[in-house]
Amino acid sequence: MSVRGFDPKAQAGKVPPPRRRVEVLVVGGGPAGAAAALEARAGGAQVLLIDENPVSAGLMGLDVPHYWGGRYTTAVHTRARMLEHVFSANPALEAAVEAGVEVELAVSCWGAWVPGYGLASLPHPIAGLADEERAWTVGFDRLILATGARDVVLSFKGWDQPGVMGARALQALLTTYDAFAGRRLAILGSGPPAMAVARLALARGLEVAALIEVRGTVQGPSADHEALTAAGVEFLTGRVPTVAVGGADGVERLEVRDPATGARRVVDCDTVVQAIGLTPVVELLDVLGGALAMQPALGGYAPVSPGGTRTSLAEVFVAGDVAGIPGASEGTVAYQQAWMRALMATSEPEVVVCQCEEVSREALLAVRQPTYLGEPSPSLAARDLGRLLEDGPANQDQIKRLTRAGMGPCQGRRCREQVALMLACASNQTADHIPLASYRAPVRPLPLSVLAAWDEAPAMSAHWDVWFGITSQWIPYADVGTERESFEAGVLGGEAPL
Amino acid sequence: MSAPSRTGAQVLVIGAGVTGLSAAWWLARSGVDVLVLDKGLVGWEASGRNGGGASHYQSPLFHEEQRLWPLMDDLLGYSTEYRRERVIFATTEHHLAHYRQIARQCRDLGYQVDDLDPAQVREFVTLAGDNVLGGIHLLRFGGQANPQRTVQAYAWALQDLGGRILQHTPAVRILAAGGRVTGVETPRGVFGCDQLVVAAGPQGERLLAQVGVRLPLAPARAEMIVTEPAPLMPVGGADGNGMYGRQTLRGNLAYGGGPHEWMDVDETGPQTRPSTPLLRNLARRVAELLPKAAHLRVIRSWAGVVENTPDGRPVIDRLDDPGNLTVATMSSVGFGLSPATGHAIRDLVLDGRCSFADLAKLSIKRFEGLPDDWREAKGWRPTTHAQALEAMAEQE
Repeated sequence: MSVRGFDPKAQAGKVPPPRRRVEVLVVGGGPAGAAAALEARAGGAQVLLIDENPVSAGLMGLDVPHYWGGRYTTAVHTRARMLEHVFSANPALEAAVEAGVEVELAVSCWGAWVPGYGLASLPHPIAGLADEERAWTVGFDRLILATGARDVVLSFKGWDQPGVMGARALQALLTTYDAFAGRRLAILGSGPPAMAVARLALARGLEVAALIEVRGTVQGPSADHEALTAAGVEFLTGRVPTVAVGGADGVERLEVRDPATGARRVVDCDTVVQAIGLTPVVELLDVLGGALAMQPALGGYAPVSPGGTRTSLAEVFVAGDVAGIPGASEGTVAYQQAWMRALMATSEPEVVVCQCEEVSREALLAVRQPTYLGEPSPSLAARDLGRLLEDGPANQDQIKRLTRAGMGPCQGRRCREQVALMLACASNQTADHIPLASYRAPVRPLPLSVLAAWDEAPAMSAHWDVWFGITSQWIPYADVGTERESFEAGVLGGEAPL
Repeated sequence: MSAPSRTGAQVLVIGAGVTGLSAAWWLARSGVDVLVLDKGLVGWEASGRNGGGASHYQSPLFHEEQRLWPLMDDLLGYSTEYRRERVIFATTEHHLAHYRQIARQCRDLGYQVDDLDPAQVREFVTLAGDNVLGGIHLLRFGGQANPQRTVQAYAWALQDLGGRILQHTPAVRILAAGGRVTGVETPRGVFGCDQLVVAAGPQGERLLAQVGVRLPLAPARAEMIVTEPAPLMPVGGADGNGMYGRQTLRGNLAYGGGPHEWMDVDETGPQTRPSTPLLRNLARRVAELLPKAAHLRVIRSWAGVVENTPDGRPVIDRLDDPGNLTVATMSSVGFGLSPATGHAIRDLVLDGRCSFADLAKLSIKRFEGLPDDWREAKGWRPTTHAQALEAMAEQE
């Protein structure tokens, strides 16, 4: 006899409580994550700290989590050596281990959930973790996101070849991985992040050919400007990169142009480092349903975080760059948009914006259907972004669905921010008018076989159904209300493919 | 009917999901002045977040669904990514027996279905493995489309015919007087109409209650996962193993199925809750169904909030009171049927009866006398893990 008020086909009762629970889970073992873990441990909590470094070579090839640009040595394939480097490059990790924090390297967090609206069935807050071989879940009482920041990268001709990379990626390859494969750099940007990465590169014995700045003046502190100039670094202000020219091994030189005069200049380099801006890595908070808002002074879309550590979710906290990029200001996103505007004015419309789905800027702004659908119909050809905007404000998720920009295996890391900036430029608005394109679990692109729950709960297997398991839904219409109804109900059960 | 007015329309449609948009498009094709109101973007809820399947042999609209889909790209003027054919295949005897029953039902309706042996399945579904026991092949019918592209195609095709859509304009109240709907109140003002169509998904119940109409609905979330692209298989519409889904024309594998989560939805509609840990159970079943795809990376997931009626069947009904009100809910199975549903709604609005199918069993009247606590009785309310364990213990 069935119990009143229970649907055996619903999710409740099928997601078991996590076998393992920790009081505090810290995602990200950088300075902020390690400090947060130490603090929690000092307060007596049981703490698990995970860090995804060293990232597998497969994910690096997809530019996860940074825009690596393929400029790493073969050392990244040597897992043991990489693990050693990652650990020894970060003394805070050793301190955490000594203090009794459990530290797991090469483990990523691809999703996290807390019980609440739409998820009443979840027995406990849980995070999804994975290494190269398998995925698992761990329960937590408190989750501290110390996921850091990611480079905002922009497109120009040749940006999709090896050697064009982000500043954060360069920093990681130099300091954490010791696996950078370039020698001579051109750096885009002249603000504090560009200055910092230039100083780091020089300290590591690399050549820095030039810093290229779209605005008329150097953006960073004058002391840094002078010191770098003294070290032989050239500052090219009022210039836009027009093309990165390269060969089989990637970039060989960068051509820049003065948009005012049209004067061209060629910078010899094997690496172009995009140091235009950083954005907080908020993907897990978005999956959790935590509040995010465009806050240029924090570097872009950042957690709504009263006091800088709390989030809109009681169980979830933020620490470090994810809570706000140090040195960001109210003008930070406007500066990125100035870069985008200049690149749009000087580069050809065929420039690829979304590398995974091969969407050009022209196709994006025309809201053109993807090339696998062939030539657009006359009706579609008559439509573009301008006409779409007549129906309502620009929405990146909508444009993503139509053009596929941001729909590829890199999960939009390479083009998310620049698509938003392009939509802002094309609709004559500031970037805060473009809603954040949603992040979806898994926020790391994991193979089916890795992500799979091979050990699912018996209740899940026993009651799994294609759809809701409502038998009456699938009775052939002609049989409804006839004597055949019970026969069909008997042979079908609730199951029917949709 | 009155002359077109910018502050109203001959026919107002509440809800720019596939059902509302298709209805509006069909009405516009008949020269009717139509205005669609939506709380958000076109097709933003479950209409754009589903498996895209188009073979609903249980429905009275099935023949019209099958007739229309191959024509839709041309009729709309935009691509829907519709592709015909479907292979449903099994890796367990239980599923195989079940699929054979589906084949029988389709043959009873006059459609050709072939039984496939394992080798034939692998010929059509090249990512399938050695675990295949057999399958069925829906020939020259069935198939799938891209929900996201299709909803936008409806919206654009409607605009091309002069129809209007107001996004970000929620219907707050249905206004009625003298047994007739007179208009709809929104934050942008009141829009008058001669006829109203309510195709508002989970929000329909609350809206209709304002005019004394009871449409019993229970909202729930269902979710899917998507992999990176694989080379195209000879038949992309290939599913089974307790899942619905397809290989898209781009090559991605998109599959859903498994347990749903009952929800409560207020006037503003569902809040975002795109996925849950269920994506791991889906990943497992895709890897079992298509072992040669097990290495593919899962790159996103999505969920749609759908509504179900107590018997899981649609309501498509022109009411007696108010007499100028047509109500539609597809009870969680709306996307694939939408070309036919829109046609049926057009007929009900303009002619008072559907020209191509008997819809008598989809009348709202069948729920008269339904107890107020029907959702509690079925357990179709948000349920916690602890409550579920208690109920399961009682069952044993």
